[in-house]
Amino acid sequence: MSTLDFVGLQPGAATVRGFAPAVAKPIAAQGSGDALVRIAGLTVAFDDGKRHVPVLHGIDLEIRRGETIGIVGESGCGKSVTWLAALRLLGKRARIGGTVSLDGQPMHDFSDAAMARIRGKQIAMIFQDPASSLNPVHRIGRQLAESISLHRGLTGQAARAEALRLLDRVHIPNPGQRLSAYPHELSGGMNQRVMIAMALAGEPDLLVADEPTTALDATIQAQILDLLREIRQDSGMALALISHDLGVIADICDRVMVMYAGRVVEAADSRALFATPGHPYTQGLLAALPDLDAPHRRLEAIAGTVPEPGKLPGGCSFRLRCPHADADCAAEVPGLGHIDKAHQVACLKADSL
Amino acid sequence: MSALLEVDSLVRHYPVRIPGGLFGQPATLRAVDGVSFAVSPGKTLGLVGESGCGKSTTAKLVLGLLPPTAGAVRFEGGHVPARRNAEWRALRQRMQMVYQDPLGALDRRLPVVAQVMEPLTVFKIGTPAERREKARDLMAAVGLTPHLFERFPHELSGGQRQRVVLARALILEPSLLVCDEPISALDVSIQAQVINLLLDLQDRFGVAFLFISHDLKVVRQVSHEVAVMYLGRIVEQGEPEKLFHEPAHPYTKALVSAIPSPWRQEGYERIVLQGDPPNPVQVPSGCAFHPRCAYATAACREVRPVLADIGDGRKAACHLLSPIASA
Repeated sequence: MSTLDFVGLQPGAATVRGFAPAVAKPIAAQGSGDALVRIAGLTVAFDDGKRHVPVLHGIDLEIRRGETIGIVGESGCGKSVTWLAALRLLGKRARIGGTVSLDGQPMHDFSDAAMARIRGKQIAMIFQDPASSLNPVHRIGRQLAESISLHRGLTGQAARAEALRLLDRVHIPNPGQRLSAYPHELSGGMNQRVMIAMALAGEPDLLVADEPTTALDATIQAQILDLLREIRQDSGMALALISHDLGVIADICDRVMVMYAGRVVEAADSRALFATPGHPYTQGLLAALPDLDAPHRRLEAIAGTVPEPGKLPGGCSFRLRCPHADADCAAEVPGLGHIDKAHQVACLKADSL
Repeated sequence: MSALLEVDSLVRHYPVRIPGGLFGQPATLRAVDGVSFAVSPGKTLGLVGESGCGKSTTAKLVLGLLPPTAGAVRFEGGHVPARRNAEWRALRQRMQMVYQDPLGALDRRLPVVAQVMEPLTVFKIGTPAERREKARDLMAAVGLTPHLFERFPHELSGGQRQRVVLARALILEPSLLVCDEPISALDVSIQAQVINLLLDLQDRFGVAFLFISHDLKVVRQVSHEVAVMYLGRIVEQGEPEKLFHEPAHPYTKALVSAIPSPWRQEGYERIVLQGDPPNPVQVPSGCAFHPRCAYATAACREVRPVLADIGDGRKAACHLLSPIASA
C-alpha cells in the first residue's frame, strides 16, 4: 500500500506507533460502478506539543453512490476525525497519512481552492448541534442564500426562490416566514432541518452527518431520521452517518462500521452486524444496550474504560476489556478478516467466538 | 407502607414577556402545572419526557431548591420548606442530587477524596480521620480503586467522575437521591456500568431514587414506577413493564415507538409525531397534546383530561381511555 501524506509531508507518518496495515481490502458493496469515496490506510496523529499522538491507525472504507453507511463507536474512537481528515478540516497540528479519493481522483492532488469547492458541493457535512453551526446574527434566508450562491451561482430572487424550495423540501412549515427568522427563534429540530437544507443546497453526492440527532428529543429524532431517509431515496445521495447510538444506525444504514480506539474492528451489512456481531466489542455494546421490547434483564456492562489515545495497550486495543483475550492478543494488532462474504472482523478469536 | 416522598399538585409558573407592544406582553410559562406522585422508601420513580416538559423543574421543587407557585412536597412525613433556612439544610442531609455533567458538579482544584468527605465536614459529622475513612469506604463501594482517590477530577474518565459524584451524594446516607440525567453524558459502554451500579447501591443502602431521564430504555432499566410528562403534567403513570409494552396514552405510544433499536427493524411501523412540542408559554387548550395527536376529538380540544385510573395499577390523562371507577 502506498502511503501519501497530503498534509505536512513529514516522512514516517505511517510508522507511528501502533500502526498496522490493514490486511483485508475494504468490503466491496453490492452493485456496479466504482466507489464514490475511497479511504485507504488513513492515519491521523495530533501534535500535543511534545509528541505526535496517533488517533487513527489506518482506516479503510469505501462508499458507493447512493448507499448509507453507518460509523459507530464511543467518543474518542476517531469516527468524526476520519471525516474531518478526509475533508482536510483538521488544521496544521494534525499529521495525516494514507489516501482519500473521490470518484477515483486522489484528493491529496487537489489544491486548497479545489478542496473548498468539494466541501459542500460534492461532500457536505452536518453536525450535532445545529444552533452552533448556524450564525446567530444572520437570518436563516441569508445563510441559505449564501450557500446557494456559493455552490450554484444563483443570486437575488433566484436564490431566494431556491431557499424557499429547500426549506419546503425539508418540511419546514411556513417556509416563506422562516426565511426571515433567526436561528434562536427556531427549535433544535427546525434548526437541524435548516442545516440539512443548507447541505442540500450544493446537491452533494455524499452527506456526512455527524451525530445529527444526538441533541434532539426522541420524537424529533424520529422526524429527522425519516427526513434523511426520504431525501436519500429521492436524490440518490450517499449518506455517511456517524453515531454512538446503535439504534439510530440500525434504523437507517445499509452497512455499518464499528470503530474502537482509532481502528475499524468490524464492518458488515447492517442486518448481519446486529444479528451476528463478530467482534467482542460489538457483542459487548449490544449486551450493554437495554432492549425495550425484551424481558427485563440486568445489563452486561463492558468492564473498564476506553484507553486514551497514545496509551493504547500493545496488540489488540480492546484486549484489556475483552473476556476472550489471551496472550496471543497482546502479540499483534489483528487486521480485518472475513468471517463471511460481506462481514469483516478484526479479532484473532473471530473464528472461535 | 407510607411514602417517603409525596408530591401534591405541584405547580411552578414563571412570569415571562412575549413579543407584542414596546416592552412585550406579560405571560405565564407553565413549567410544572399540577404534578402529583409518591416515592416509596428504597424504590425508584422514573420521570421521562422530552426537553421542556418540566422534569428538571420538578426535581428542583422536590429538593426545595425552587419555591413552588402552588402545591406541596412532603418528605419523610414533614414539609419541605420553600426557603433555604436551617430546617431545609437539615433536611438536605436526607435528600441528595446527582446531575448530568459530573465535571461541572466537581471542584477541579480539589482531589476527589476531599470532595467526597466534604459533606461530612459541612454537617460536622465525625473526626477528620473518621471522615476520610468513610469517604474511602464509600469510594470503594462505588467501584473506584484506591489509586484514584487522590486524583483531580480532570484526571478521571467520565464514568469515574460520575462514581465520585455518587459517592459524595451517598456519604450522608440519604434516603432519597434525585438523579437528573445521571448517565446521559456517558459513553454507551460506561452507561451500562453506571446503571448496574445504581441498582447495586439501591440494594445495599436502601436509598430511593427519583430518576429523571429522556431515555426510556434507561428509565425502564432502573425504575419500579414510571411517570411520563408532557408540558408540565403527567400524562401516564404505571409499572415500567406494562407502560412500555402496552403504552396507553397516545403520547407514550409515540415516544416508545420513536426509540430506534437494533432489534426492531423488519417491517416495524413507527409513529412519527408531527411538529415540535408546543411552547410552555402557550399551552394548547384542552389536552395539551391534542395538536400532535392522531386521535384527537372535539372534546380533546376543549376539556383538559385528568390523570385517572385506567386499571392494572395504571393512570393516564386521556379522554379516549375510559377511566375505571376506583374502588
